[in-house]
Amino acid sequence: MLAKRIIPCLDVNNGRVVKGVNFINFRDAGDPVENGKFYDEEGADELVFLDITASSDRRSIVLEMVKNVAETVNIPFTVGGGIRTIDDIRMILESGADKVSINTAAVMNPDIIGESAVKFGSQCILVAIDAKRNSGGGWNVYLNGGRTPTDIDAVAWAVRANRLGAGELLLTSMDRDGTKIGYDIELTRTIANAVSIPVIASGGIGTKEHIYEGLTAAKADAVLAASIFHFREITIRDVKEYLRKKNIPIRMV
Amino acid sequence: MITVIDYGMGNLRSVVKAVEKYTGKVCVSGDPAAIESSRGIIMPGDGAFGMAMRNLREMGLIEPLTAYIRDGGYFMGICLGYQLLFSSSEEFGFNEGMNIIPGRVVKFDSSSLKVPHMGWNNVVLRGESRFLDGVSSGSYFYFIHSYYPVVEDESWIIGEVEYGVKFPCIVGRGNCIATQFHPEKSHNAGLKIVENFVRSVCL
Repeated sequence: MLAKRIIPCLDVNNGRVVKGVNFINFRDAGDPVENGKFYDEEGADELVFLDITASSDRRSIVLEMVKNVAETVNIPFTVGGGIRTIDDIRMILESGADKVSINTAAVMNPDIIGESAVKFGSQCILVAIDAKRNSGGGWNVYLNGGRTPTDIDAVAWAVRANRLGAGELLLTSMDRDGTKIGYDIELTRTIANAVSIPVIASGGIGTKEHIYEGLTAAKADAVLAASIFHFREITIRDVKEYLRKKNIPIRMV
Repeated sequence: MITVIDYGMGNLRSVVKAVEKYTGKVCVSGDPAAIESSRGIIMPGDGAFGMAMRNLREMGLIEPLTAYIRDGGYFMGICLGYQLLFSSSEEFGFNEGMNIIPGRVVKFDSSSLKVPHMGWNNVVLRGESRFLDGVSSGSYFYFIHSYYPVVEDESWIIGEVEYGVKFPCIVGRGNCIATQFHPEKSHNAGLKIVENFVRSVCL
């Protein structure tokens, strides 16, 4: 049976992990390779590296990081953040990433989804959606790391991204992000039911019960989390033990 | 020397890296002449079946690869390099395959399943392969694909997995093994298969 996936997310700035594993005696706490290896060995099913580099030579810095991670990590990993063009996607994949995550660029130019899916295969094109509740009972898409609101309906956009050739969706509830009160179950379930591709839920995890809800009530295929894993509030191993006892199909390492 | 076949279908780097854990004698080539002089061949690949066959044909690789496998050379196919061994595929119309294993590659039913089949799934072993020493039945491997094979000659089937339907995901005999999943992305269980293959070739 296909296992539900547990995916830690690492924020990277200038080739250095700025939100990564804390309280662990790494020789170099900011090393993406050491962070990746740690989670790989702990039982993470995939990794996501979210690049927030703003400098002009970001591209070469990111590609160097991707190459180094690909040398040592033996599970699939996704790279997102600042990807604008087909050329950006090509270089990241050629450097060894398994998937790219596109967010703002996909909304600004939806054709990039289809073009990249045809060129590289849907399986490596992940569309990230940052969604926030509106007063009408729906959700709107936000861009640029959640700073720029749009009037685009998040559910309609998810369905369109699916149709255009996205292989997977990474859905973040901006209302819940950082709150640790659990997922926006209604949002996640609404989108998971509306699309035919896997949905990764993100935003709001505080406990392993939340992860269970995300994979059951919210119908997500995978969950993404950052700080609860980095701060060792919960370990991936604990989460997986718990989920297995609850009869969720999980890959144990 | 182990040759990783480059026929223009996807990134080969992670496969090369996995092999390099166990031997330095690995190269990447799309030259038909390289096949005959290799001790082992690995054919990875992602992307569309029809385009892959066209590339193999234009590069003059189909006959030497087929002869190599039929002669009992060490061969490992991965993902698209697994599907290409079958007789045909229905991906974007009808496409003939290398026809080494009788069978056809068909699409998952996307009306009832999320497609692609993406993630870790447990593989039940029902046949034997020298390359599976130390790999237990039920181990999880990383899959990412939208088509699966219906195999006509069951004697080729070594492992099966279930996603909506039960289908073969490891096939092989003798020195040939091919997997639908990505051993190079499948942590310890996957690396064990790569290691067994490399050690057999480099004995």
